[in-house]
Amino acid sequence: MRALKAYARSPSALIGSAILIALLVMGLGASWFYPNDPLGLAGRPLQWPGANPRFPLGTDPSGRDIAAQLFHGARISLLIGFVATSIAVVIGIAIGAVAGFYGGAIDTALMRLTEAFQTLPNFLLLLVLVAVFGSTMETVTVAIGLVSWPPVARLTRAEFLSLRTREFVQACRVQGLGDAHLILREVLPNALPPVIVYASVVMAVAILLESALAFLQLSDPNVPSWGNLIGLGRNVLRTEWYVSAIPGVAILLTILGVSLVGQGLNDALNPRLAGSR
Amino acid sequence: MRVFRLALWRLAASLPTLLLILAGMFLLLQLAPGDTVDALMAQMGGGDAALAEELRRFYGLDLGIAAQLWNYLVRLATLDLGFSAIYGKPVATVILERLPPTILLMAAALSFAFFFGLVLGVVAARRVNKWPDTLISTLGLVFYATPSFWFGLMAIVLFSVYLQWLPAGGFTDITQSYTGIAAVLDIAQHLVLPTLTLGLIFLAIYLRIMRASMLEVLSLDFVRTARAKGLTETRVVAKHVLRNAMLPMVTLIGLQAGTMLGGSVVVESVFALPGLGRLAYESVVQRDLNTLLGIVFVSALLVISINFLVDILYARLDPRISAGS
Repeated sequence: MRALKAYARSPSALIGSAILIALLVMGLGASWFYPNDPLGLAGRPLQWPGANPRFPLGTDPSGRDIAAQLFHGARISLLIGFVATSIAVVIGIAIGAVAGFYGGAIDTALMRLTEAFQTLPNFLLLLVLVAVFGSTMETVTVAIGLVSWPPVARLTRAEFLSLRTREFVQACRVQGLGDAHLILREVLPNALPPVIVYASVVMAVAILLESALAFLQLSDPNVPSWGNLIGLGRNVLRTEWYVSAIPGVAILLTILGVSLVGQGLNDALNPRLAGSR
Repeated sequence: MRVFRLALWRLAASLPTLLLILAGMFLLLQLAPGDTVDALMAQMGGGDAALAEELRRFYGLDLGIAAQLWNYLVRLATLDLGFSAIYGKPVATVILERLPPTILLMAAALSFAFFFGLVLGVVAARRVNKWPDTLISTLGLVFYATPSFWFGLMAIVLFSVYLQWLPAGGFTDITQSYTGIAAVLDIAQHLVLPTLTLGLIFLAIYLRIMRASMLEVLSLDFVRTARAKGLTETRVVAKHVLRNAMLPMVTLIGLQAGTMLGGSVVVESVFALPGLGRLAYESVVQRDLNTLLGIVFVSALLVISINFLVDILYARLDPRISAGS
């Protein structure tokens, strides 16, 4: 309750939530606002925004409605961002928790693995994964999750290292409770707040990764992704720059919303730090 | 010398990591459809099964996966990265040709982000919660949220198409053959927009970290002592606070090296720079897996060496590190 109040008091949290709710409405209501296929032919190609009242944001080089692609793209971006983040957070927590809780050789081995993933540029690894497994929306989402977990694992491990020797954990140990109970019921709930805050960063990066991949035309071409549209607009950049400009603003606002919510969560969940930021 | 030994030890510790990456990547690429011989045959315009068999034996592709991995690692130890069927050259040659633009771009973007991140962070921290701070922090948030490739495209529209101040892409002006200082200026001109594009997100991160770390250091006791001595605020910041507050930023350079290299894939594609990142993109599109594996190896080496340099720099900034261990 206190955390919720603190969250509602933070202006960045309010602005961020407003942006994200608007995007959610856009994404969920996309089929209602624009029931036709957003990737289908809608009108004459390359009409400037405002030139034709039927297309308030204009049409792209293939004569598709940009506004419709924007709405349906919100759904894709949020979906990929959310699922990829969940995958990254689950893997990261699992590896970080086991490494931090048991320590020793297990910790060393798992941290070597994490280091290996961090040494490799994540976008490069993403390219390799897409080259090997193809670029359907599912594989792209899973691949983004697979390259994004290392920072989560490090954060979780650090929390576990400091929590595992506390009295309340030792008390549970003395009671003869199993490791699974200790990890999941005692330590994890206390380790979660910073991880949840960090999940907002993971989500921002996941959305950026997907849009960059789509921009290079290496993501699923059969879904209306913002990055895809920016990539298509590149061919007509010199004259019809609005085709690339409009979806870029959408990505910018999304990342801004996610970051602001993350900042708000941070202020709410880590009240100790709230004053200094 | 202790500093150097410490850094060397860290470098040695990263060898198992490198081995893990290479083995993992090699096994991963085994899952990809088609191999070098398929690519070669396709380029030759086809051939019969006997020829394919012959070629597989020649390249050692008829061995078991474990034996192939061992052969690959042994060849890597002699810096033999294999042969690129697409470019018709050894992979090492292809990569070496593409390395300079990427390193130049990364160094320029890093310097830009580090310097302006530092300055803006200091200004924001000294005027904390006043309008300069609010302005800089908001700018940082917006920069952080800007997709680099989109910023690059918009910069091309503004600076190359409308204002015609800067070239829209490429590494050099291919219509002219400059030498000496003119060639350097030409390349510099081509690198302005890519540097801004790649550096923007790091500028946002650095200024945020610098601001937070300045605020933390400014509240420490030794700063109060320095102020009590009667030093001016500028002197306190320059002589006492800056060096301490820079430490987290230096750490970040090492942590972000991989991200920056990944970012250059996109930026080099936007500006048609003939660098390592663009090579990575091309080899994915052309299914040139040998080259891709080579790029992964070189990128890992690059990240490890940047971290090595950061370790040395860090120890120079903070004498406690070399004394402590």
